[in-house]
Amino acid sequence: MNAIEIRGLTKTYSNGVEALKGIDLTVQQGDFYALLGPNGAGKSTTIGILSSLVTKSSGSVSVFGHSIDNALEQAKSCIGLVPQEFNFNQFETLLQIVVNQAGYYGVPRKEALQRAEKYLTQLELWEKRNHRARELSGGMKRRLMIARALMHEPQMLILDEPTAGVDIEIRRGMWDFLREINQQGKTIILTTHYLEEAELLCRNIGIINKGQIVANTSMKDLLATLNVETFVLDLSAAADSITLSGFDWRQVDGSSIEVDVAKEKGMNPVFAQLDEQGIQVLSMRNKANRLEELFVAMMDSAGEKTA
Amino acid sequence: MSAAVNYIALKSIVRKECTRFMRIWVQTLVPPAITTTLYFVIFGGLIGSRVGQMGGFSYMDYIVPGLIMMSVITSSYSNVASSFFSAKFQRNIEELLVAPVPNYIIIMGYVAGGVCRGLLVGSIVTLVAMVFTDLQFHHVGVLVLVILLTAILFALGGMFNALFAKTFDDVSIIPTFVLTPLTYLGGVFYSIAMLPEFWQWVSKLNPVVYMVNTFRYGFLGVSDIPVLPSVIMLLVMTVVLFLVILNMLKRGVGIRS
Repeated sequence: MNAIEIRGLTKTYSNGVEALKGIDLTVQQGDFYALLGPNGAGKSTTIGILSSLVTKSSGSVSVFGHSIDNALEQAKSCIGLVPQEFNFNQFETLLQIVVNQAGYYGVPRKEALQRAEKYLTQLELWEKRNHRARELSGGMKRRLMIARALMHEPQMLILDEPTAGVDIEIRRGMWDFLREINQQGKTIILTTHYLEEAELLCRNIGIINKGQIVANTSMKDLLATLNVETFVLDLSAAADSITLSGFDWRQVDGSSIEVDVAKEKGMNPVFAQLDEQGIQVLSMRNKANRLEELFVAMMDSAGEKTA
Repeated sequence: MSAAVNYIALKSIVRKECTRFMRIWVQTLVPPAITTTLYFVIFGGLIGSRVGQMGGFSYMDYIVPGLIMMSVITSSYSNVASSFFSAKFQRNIEELLVAPVPNYIIIMGYVAGGVCRGLLVGSIVTLVAMVFTDLQFHHVGVLVLVILLTAILFALGGMFNALFAKTFDDVSIIPTFVLTPLTYLGGVFYSIAMLPEFWQWVSKLNPVVYMVNTFRYGFLGVSDIPVLPSVIMLLVMTVVLFLVILNMLKRGVGIRS
């Protein structure tokens, strides 16, 4: 069974903005799926429709086989939503927030209190359980929303920019946690602006732009389409004295250069030419994350087509 | 969803609502007690002693039911209006909207919260009134029925207001420009029988007149308006408003894009 099946989904807001122009999307059960796209592409609208916060204009959506048209309550029960914006009552305590949320899904209070301890502990918030939500840091608020989304133990977690504004240490902790619950069988859909995050965590990926799906494939297959990568090389000599034939390259600073390397050429010819000139490569790194390069290229290409 | 699941959801909303107004008791419970104490002292005691009798009772006894009713109306209405609008404003209404909670449970939960606050404030005002006068209870059944229906009706009114409201100003406009005039002109401080015939007719267009008078009947056994038609009118208005709000929630008015 698929976790999500979307067919011909459209959404036109009352102000006339056409946010979705008939998208088709399938996410398999147990997947860790990235939904990427620039701001205003339609990611949040898609998530809004899945979680019933936004009303669709046309098309069909089913969640674990439950159509949102005729089995909305069952579909809702399968989803735990972690929205982009903080959407809890800032004056309530953490315990009140998560226990109430469980109650809305019919979880008895006694059980809800046990689950609250489990998830708040896992997300390192149990010590803060009697604090008001407004007293938390940004990272803690994000983790609170994850704990809240898990309280009814849904089959699928949808996270809309879950690590925005979170420091790297906490972000890595959240990645580990998400990997772990995905390995336990929970389907995860993630939108993020940190493409490194999507590349590290997700197996499959959908890219949405201007209300249309422009790619829906596995992360591995998508990255395989990347033909050219840009590397930054730190050299042992002044960069303005070198020559490199057969490659596009630029000087970055006194002793660093950027080189565009096609996949079929590889790096060896670069090293060989530098070696011939008696120049050592002290260190080397990707200029950008691979997915980021692809993403930018795809968005540029889409922009040219519509220009 | 099963009845048991819905019941747990309903209890969760009511608990959340009651916790909210109890947490801010200085804003929600104390002001009505102080305001009505001032009413009792000034209108009931100082001015009332010069007014003499009204409807065969001392002025203090005459205004007590209306003042209790007024505090219940204001508290029930403002509890739901401010709580539901705050939930929209802070977006925590989404906690409910993403959950499999039927719309009628959402309405019942918020209304129950408003009714709880309304009745608690009504009880406080009644206790304050007992300091100033010996209350008599002519018909407890009518008292309970009318106060309950009124609290439900105005809690629904608060929700209707909050659904449409886009700013905090929108939440205060109705209480200031509609609710307060209707209550003050609703026979709390005078018998509408004192008015010229035309203004008596105009007063009978004000639903608060029916509520105050029927409630007064429960205390004193006198009313400017027949009791049964008033109760029926209250019931009809409550059912109609409930159905209107149910339809608004179904269409997502004010809460979904």
